Amino acid sequence: MSKQVVSVNRVVIRFAGDSGDGMQLTGDRFTSETAGMGNDLSTLPDFPAEIRAPAGTVPGVSAFQLAFADHDITTPGDAPNVLVAMNPAALKANVKDLPRGADLIVNTDEFTKRNLEKVGYATNPLEDGSLEAFNVHAIALTSQTVEALKDFDLSKKEAERSKNMYALGLLCWLYSRPAEGTRAFLEKKFAKKPEILAANLAAFEAGWSFGETTEIFSVQYEVAKASDLPQGRYRNISGNPALAYGLIAASKRSGLPLFLGSYPITPASDILHELARNHRFGVTTFQAEDEIAGIGSAIGAAYGGALAVTTTSGPGIALKSESIGLAVSLELPLIIIDVQRGGPSTGLPTKTEQSDLLQAMFGRNGESPVPIVAPQSPSDCFYAALEAARIAVEYRTPVFLLSDGYIANGSEPWRVPEVDELPVIDPAFATGPNHVTDSGEAVFWPYKRDEDTLARPWAIPGTKGLEHRIGGLEKADGTGNISYDPDNHDRMVRLRQAKVDAIAKTIPPLEVDDPDGDARVLVLGWGSTYGPIGAACEITRRTGAKVAQAHLRHLNPFPSNLGEVLRSYDTVLVPEMNLGQLAMLLRARYLVDIQSITQVRGMPFKSTDLVSAITAAVQSL
Amino acid sequence: MTTYLDLIPKTDVEQSAKDFKSDQEVRWCPGCGDYSILSNVQGFLPELGLARENIVFVSGIGCSSRFPYYMNTFGMHSIHGRAPAIATGLAVSRPDLSIWVITGDGDALSIGGNHLIHALRRNVNLKILLFNNRIYGLTKGQYSPTSEQGKITKSTPEGSLDYSFNPVSLALGAEATFVARTIDSDRKHMTDVLRAAANHEGTALVEIYQNCNIFNDGAWEPLKDGDTRDDVMMRLVDGEPIRFGKDMEKGVIRTADGHIAVANVAEVGEDAVIRHDAHAKDPGLAFALSRLSNPRTLENTPIGVFRDIERPSYDRLVRDQLAEVQAKQGTGDLQALIDGGDTWIVS
Ligand code: SF4
Repeated sequence: MSKQVVSVNRVVIRFAGDSGDGMQLTGDRFTSETAGMGNDLSTLPDFPAEIRAPAGTVPGVSAFQLAFADHDITTPGDAPNVLVAMNPAALKANVKDLPRGADLIVNTDEFTKRNLEKVGYATNPLEDGSLEAFNVHAIALTSQTVEALKDFDLSKKEAERSKNMYALGLLCWLYSRPAEGTRAFLEKKFAKKPEILAANLAAFEAGWSFGETTEIFSVQYEVAKASDLPQGRYRNISGNPALAYGLIAASKRSGLPLFLGSYPITPASDILHELARNHRFGVTTFQAEDEIAGIGSAIGAAYGGALAVTTTSGPGIALKSESIGLAVSLELPLIIIDVQRGGPSTGLPTKTEQSDLLQAMFGRNGESPVPIVAPQSPSDCFYAALEAARIAVEYRTPVFLLSDGYIANGSEPWRVPEVDELPVIDPAFATGPNHVTDSGEAVFWPYKRDEDTLARPWAIPGTKGLEHRIGGLEKADGTGNISYDPDNHDRMVRLRQAKVDAIAKTIPPLEVDDPDGDARVLVLGWGSTYGPIGAACEITRRTGAKVAQAHLRHLNPFPSNLGEVLRSYDTVLVPEMNLGQLAMLLRARYLVDIQSITQVRGMPFKSTDLVSAITAAVQSL
Repeated sequence: MTTYLDLIPKTDVEQSAKDFKSDQEVRWCPGCGDYSILSNVQGFLPELGLARENIVFVSGIGCSSRFPYYMNTFGMHSIHGRAPAIATGLAVSRPDLSIWVITGDGDALSIGGNHLIHALRRNVNLKILLFNNRIYGLTKGQYSPTSEQGKITKSTPEGSLDYSFNPVSLALGAEATFVARTIDSDRKHMTDVLRAAANHEGTALVEIYQNCNIFNDGAWEPLKDGDTRDDVMMRLVDGEPIRFGKDMEKGVIRTADGHIAVANVAEVGEDAVIRHDAHAKDPGLAFALSRLSNPRTLENTPIGVFRDIERPSYDRLVRDQLAEVQAKQGTGDLQALIDGGDTWIVS
């Protein structure tokens, strides 16, 4: 039976089920097939902090949202067009996000009295009319999977486990996704378990043919290739691996061996895992005894001439603060990656937030300036890592890279760069004396600065004649010897600040996207809000309202033209997933009023929320 | 077998203690035990014949941690307790360096306890000199983790209540491959211990009993005073029977219940005295020896090398693993890595 094929421009699907149902895998596979078809896409995994939260409960629901389109998109979508709910808990947790008329695929097998009661449904929503607004496809996914696998030598429990592949097969049919990739993936994953492999393949095929034959679905959809993307070779990537690749690239382009000192923490651990898989590039990964040893070992490696990195999340930064201060004082290159999550304290380990900006800026004793860069999307993590490495090495300074849970786990297509075109980083190690004393002796001064960058020399052990001592005590300008002299301390504090400020000279001016050039409202963001802000500006402009957008990659120092940009708009809106941290910095620095738009729900902004705020701002002028 | 020392460049000129003195004025209190340790280290290092620029001293915070400033080598005076972690990163990255960690009882055993035990367990190629003066000197005289219980200090006017750490026992518990103890006032003994430590691949923990004449003067006096010294201190010599006392009348023996004890040799007979075996794989005897001393009176205090066994160092294992991976997988193609498995073309 061939069905009608309907072309659509953009689809948002959300897979939701129990933590043990394999929803992340299902989402990943669907994403891969979608990427392979050349759609633009954006994903949002959303899972609980517990590895296996209590089955069938709302807190135990794990979801994966994916938007894909025939055009350039920047967000995983505000609301799904299709929700796949594997059990009542998944329905309960997600149905509120579903717009009227959306498709809802539910696994009826799980809608038992007990499961319904567990999540507080007094009546079965499939029967009580409460889902009337939606296009409900009630399917016995579990029993159909078991039925499809009846010829396999599997227990019922084992067979049931393949229900996510059945669902994946169905969705792949529904959206005309190819099956080859999933086949190849399963073959690799279960190479050593032929029985499980065969069962998963069979479940996938069964789901596919069910779609083809059932009357539950009258149409099949297709989404054409995205044609407005820049030409080139693409792959799909999420933020954490992109960061890891960026670090390896920085190592290659600087000729410095990469050293990672790290302690496992959500959501940053995947960077450690990815680098550990790539030791062949001369990468050393050191899983330290704690967060402090993670950064301590990195400082030691930096002292020895490595491209040193430590990765963590907010609570880890708190523990590393004193060591970051040491790196500021030693003036050694060091990359500190903070994949931000909900706080304070342990907070929301698997949810996103941007609330460590002020911690990165000020979270140390004394005047302790540290440059900060922030990636704006998953693939941008690659370039942000290179930029952090450039600043660290060129200026001999620790550098913060502020990613967050949203871009760390979310994914998007990435136009893969040519390695040869990536920037080169020159470590410029000190090789000999850099100063002549009054008595005419050529000596080495570890704190004699480069006139232009104010960076001090990086003189690594093993360099003859450059033996010197450095430490966390205040140092005399030039010689680096211990100095408690008041004037010297005042000078050194200002020099360290001036060095970081001077980085602005190497930062491109902030670009503003204002199609007509006469907008009076500017929306300024940083980090992962880029996608939602971009989408919101686009939607607002379609209504005829004029709005300009700009996004900060550098949070310290700011680009030199930032003040000028801010002052040229009547209204500046700053959306942040915190209570207004960037807004506070901007107000303090530029004495410009900022309208802060804040949200700390552990989830990215919905473009629609931003659209209302922007529209209100435009209308109030 | 090549030792780690083979990987470190050698000096091409004759060195003397003078070459290891930096131009910085030493700022410990006059009479502090740190002076003699500094001069012993400076006197010993030329013997190794290593290029000076390939020697690094890393310290934490405390009186002892000023040490690197006075050494004409590379050096880092870091933050409180973290020197072993910093030195670990350096050791893993740079096999061509001789790395020494200078720490104290507060730095190593209190604020930095975690880093110390993990460096020891990993067997990172570091020589850790722990200056134990049983007091916080730099913060002006609070009790430390090695102070004897009941210590009256500014922070414990009625006497400290904590039970004290024995650094040698702690290190052996963490499976340290080299553990020794020496005293600031015994130049020859310290030099012998430093030599053994320097030749050991992996972590060497050397506890140095050091006098803080300002805040805890005489803490080790029974081990130094000519009248009492021989009576309370036992010198461990590998392969030799463990005997001490003014007339070598005391010896360490196995008791019937399997423990060890100090006995009168005349009573138990010479054959009953245990021979010291620093190379024994099992740390049991070394540990038992470390427990003999009385933390208050210092009776039965062993000095010397408790344990010195061979086990590949962590940094060597890291390098070997890297070499093995590269031998199997090559040195990596960055373009292939970032391309990944699935790419598509937009034209
Ligand atoms: S306070 Fe004690 S340990 Fe510190 S320098 Fe003075 S005598 Fe030495």
